[in-house]
Amino acid sequence: MDMEPILDVKQLTMKFGGLRALDKVDLDVYQGQIVALIGPNGAGKTTFFNCITGMYDPSGGDVLISPPKNGRPQRINGIKPNKVTEKGLARTFQNIRLFHNMTVLENVMIGCHCRMKAGILGAVLRGASTRREEEAVIQKSYTILKKIGLEKYVNDFAKNLPYGAQRRLEIARAMATDPFMLLLDEPAAGMNPQETHELDELIIRIRDTEGISILLIEHDMKLVMSLSDRIFVMDYGKKIAQGTPEEIRKNPAVIKAYLGEEIDA
Amino acid sequence: MEYFFELFLGGLTRGSIYALIALGYTMVYGIVQLINFAHGEIYMIGAFTALIVISVLTMLGWNQIAILLIAAGVAVVYSSAYGYTMEKIAYKPLRKAPRLSALISAIGMSLFLQNYVLLAQTSDFMPFPGLIPDFEFMEPYAHIIGSPELVILITTAIVMVLLTIMIKFSKIGKAMRATAQDRDMAMLVGVNVNWVISVTFIIGSATAAIGGVLIASHIGQVNFYIGFIAGIKAFVAAVLGGIGSIPGAVLGSLVLGWTESFFTGYISSDYEDVFAFIFLVLILIFRPAGILGRSTAEKV
Amino acid sequence: MLVNELKKSLFVSLWFMFLTFPIMVIQVNTVENIIQWRWANLFFVGVGSFVLSALWRYLIRRKEQGIQETEVDGVARVTLSQRLLNNRRFTIPALFVVSILALAFPFVFSLYQTNIMITAMIYVLLGLGLNIVVGVAGLLDLGYAAFYCVGAYSYALLNYHFGFGFWSVLGIGAGLAALFGIILGFPVLRLRGDYLAIVTLGFGEIIRLIMENWNAFSFGPSGIANIPRPGFFGVEMNIEQVTIYVYFLMIGMSLFTIFVVNRLQDSRIGRAWIALREDEVACQAMGIDKRKTKLMAFALGATWAGFAGVIFAAKTTFINPASFTLWESINILCVVVLGGMGSIVGVIVGAFVLILLPEYLRFLSEYRILAFGAVLVVMMVFRPGGIVETVRRTYQYKETA
Repeated sequence: MDMEPILDVKQLTMKFGGLRALDKVDLDVYQGQIVALIGPNGAGKTTFFNCITGMYDPSGGDVLISPPKNGRPQRINGIKPNKVTEKGLARTFQNIRLFHNMTVLENVMIGCHCRMKAGILGAVLRGASTRREEEAVIQKSYTILKKIGLEKYVNDFAKNLPYGAQRRLEIARAMATDPFMLLLDEPAAGMNPQETHELDELIIRIRDTEGISILLIEHDMKLVMSLSDRIFVMDYGKKIAQGTPEEIRKNPAVIKAYLGEEIDA
Repeated sequence: MEYFFELFLGGLTRGSIYALIALGYTMVYGIVQLINFAHGEIYMIGAFTALIVISVLTMLGWNQIAILLIAAGVAVVYSSAYGYTMEKIAYKPLRKAPRLSALISAIGMSLFLQNYVLLAQTSDFMPFPGLIPDFEFMEPYAHIIGSPELVILITTAIVMVLLTIMIKFSKIGKAMRATAQDRDMAMLVGVNVNWVISVTFIIGSATAAIGGVLIASHIGQVNFYIGFIAGIKAFVAAVLGGIGSIPGAVLGSLVLGWTESFFTGYISSDYEDVFAFIFLVLILIFRPAGILGRSTAEKV
Repeated sequence: MLVNELKKSLFVSLWFMFLTFPIMVIQVNTVENIIQWRWANLFFVGVGSFVLSALWRYLIRRKEQGIQETEVDGVARVTLSQRLLNNRRFTIPALFVVSILALAFPFVFSLYQTNIMITAMIYVLLGLGLNIVVGVAGLLDLGYAAFYCVGAYSYALLNYHFGFGFWSVLGIGAGLAALFGIILGFPVLRLRGDYLAIVTLGFGEIIRLIMENWNAFSFGPSGIANIPRPGFFGVEMNIEQVTIYVYFLMIGMSLFTIFVVNRLQDSRIGRAWIALREDEVACQAMGIDKRKTKLMAFALGATWAGFAGVIFAAKTTFINPASFTLWESINILCVVVLGGMGSIVGVIVGAFVLILLPEYLRFLSEYRILAFGAVLVVMMVFRPGGIVETVRRTYQYKETA
């Protein structure tokens, strides 16, 4: 491929004391791709996400991004999580972390925060530009909720939503930050087959209509195999395989890592 | 050099007493994550109860050592009873409430107990007899360390050792450690969490009572307000050492005791408390979990 | 059932008789060597705890039932205060009556009463300021009185040394307090929860102790006297007129504060504060600068303490460090929590209750603080949401097309 990858992770290493949670992991994502990161529990997948999104400061390696809008590659490891989000990488959480006592609309509005300007003075004076901005954010948030299919819950408190809807709200909230890439941490966990199927369609729709690339961690192999353009496999903090779903299915190292866990698709 | 040694021992004594109070803070915090603001009041009630017992027995003409032991015993029993009752009234109904509610409740309890003693007894400082006799064998060293200080040091050491043994090896100690780690899980494996919490309050109160009796006889007076200041200092010590950690509470107390002692001895007594607080702020900024505390990174 | 209840109450009553025995019954007079045995107290404790324990258990049971009901229904009950506040037929006349009362107050009641009202309104400012920090952003601050102290001393000292007037220092004092908020905030805001509480407590004590000991700068414990009252374009006023003037100035300040705080809560920044209280990690992942947002809350909270401090100094004409102890911080915190955290109406009600109740309960005289302590505990156990238990006003989306 001639194009630069929009996310290029090189030799990423994370040590906790003596433990190497990540050991020289390479991973790349190209514009418009859906890429899955799989591996047995404790393989270091969430740690990998945390290192990319600034929650942890990696002990070694590089995280480079080239946002499609201004393609200049830049190094982002070690910068704060909010800066990572500002640069266009938004994530969801494995253990749902919504703002439970805020409404669905407000949750999405928080996602818009870093694209807004109003400061203290603007908030107090509430001039025309501030009012316009607020209005625009409410509209934008509602539009996103509609796309995700959550508009009927718009004024409900996040804590009162059904489980599957909470997972989707996490995605909506992340989309509100105007990312060029979404990092989804086990988006289908705890969903029933019907909900998983809807999620499958939703993720493809986000990629196709919004042009947002996707990197996801997932245990549901059926979902992973049907969605992904490429798959990376991790075990014990190391990358053990990468390739198309077809290649991964046949890879002996992957089968060995998953011994006891079935991969059927 | 002798001056240095004097300050060193002074700080050690001071720190030992802080430690006896700080233990209660740290144990309660370890188990229920509550800043028990009223803990200082328990210490004050211990000292007051002891004073009452001492006065009554002195009038009956009892022997000095016997009085001291009985007074300490009664103080321990009563402080524990107050600690136990306080938990049942002000904290148990709030276990699932936000921490701020429990903190306000603790502040309310503290105000209540202070004024309870103020109204039922007196607002004046009451003289507290120095009951610890000057031992003969201590005479050659009396210019460095007095007998009362020696008793304080030894008592604190004994209490610490007993407590450590209890927490390490006894059944209730294990249950306490389990509850501190994960209350729900402890409950699932059959630990009676309510009982564990009660015992924690009782032990913390008992050590505070011992501290109360020792410090009152050391300083020679008590009033209803002594608990507040001692409580704050002990809390600072507990946080310094790493709240939730028992060795941390002891170490933090000693560090605070020495800091105050050397600072007042060499620099100025005016800013003693300022220095203690600046020290606290600095430690927390550079080592937020305290000296011995583990820093717990939040799992994402 | 009844027998069981009686047994329980009897047991509690006996326990409390044991518990209070040494302190309630024995009174030692060390001077004359007499012991007074006050057996009557034992009787009172016994009867009192018998009744109260029955009542306590009844209330606890009712509370637990209430929780169960809301869990079954899935909808939170709408509280009475909330219903009233959302009902325009109640709010508009109520607002009208309150305004009339407020305007007429200093002309109807005595100077003494007016002064109490001014104090209560100072606490409204302090409460609303602290509410930004504790109620909205969820940062437990136990040293808020330090900023109040900074405001008060700025006026006193700037006036003493340089002859600055009230109005010019009102801004300077608030600015200095905000500056202190930021200076303190930078290092401590990465601490969480209880550690933040204890460091702010420490900071509050440091400021007070410095004021107490640095005689050359702050005149030590004896404080600063003869601070001029606020002026009004150089018009000479007698004490009564000045008090009325300060009273209306406070009404103006309170309205201004309510306006600003209300606007802030409904803004991008207010939303970020609430989100920060809910989940810091998620907040950062959503692109919110945690440090900056917290600092803003801290600085804004401190600003209002600064305003209140300057006004306090001008009103009492005398300040010393004793006004800015830890208990003062706790008092302000109680205003916020008792009134209803995060709610503007709640904080206002809290301030008035907390300041006026003890004033008008003077017949309880020395039992006031005892009762206050008990009220705090009972409130937290049975009504943790505060007096005005409101649910935050949320953004509602209405289809407009």
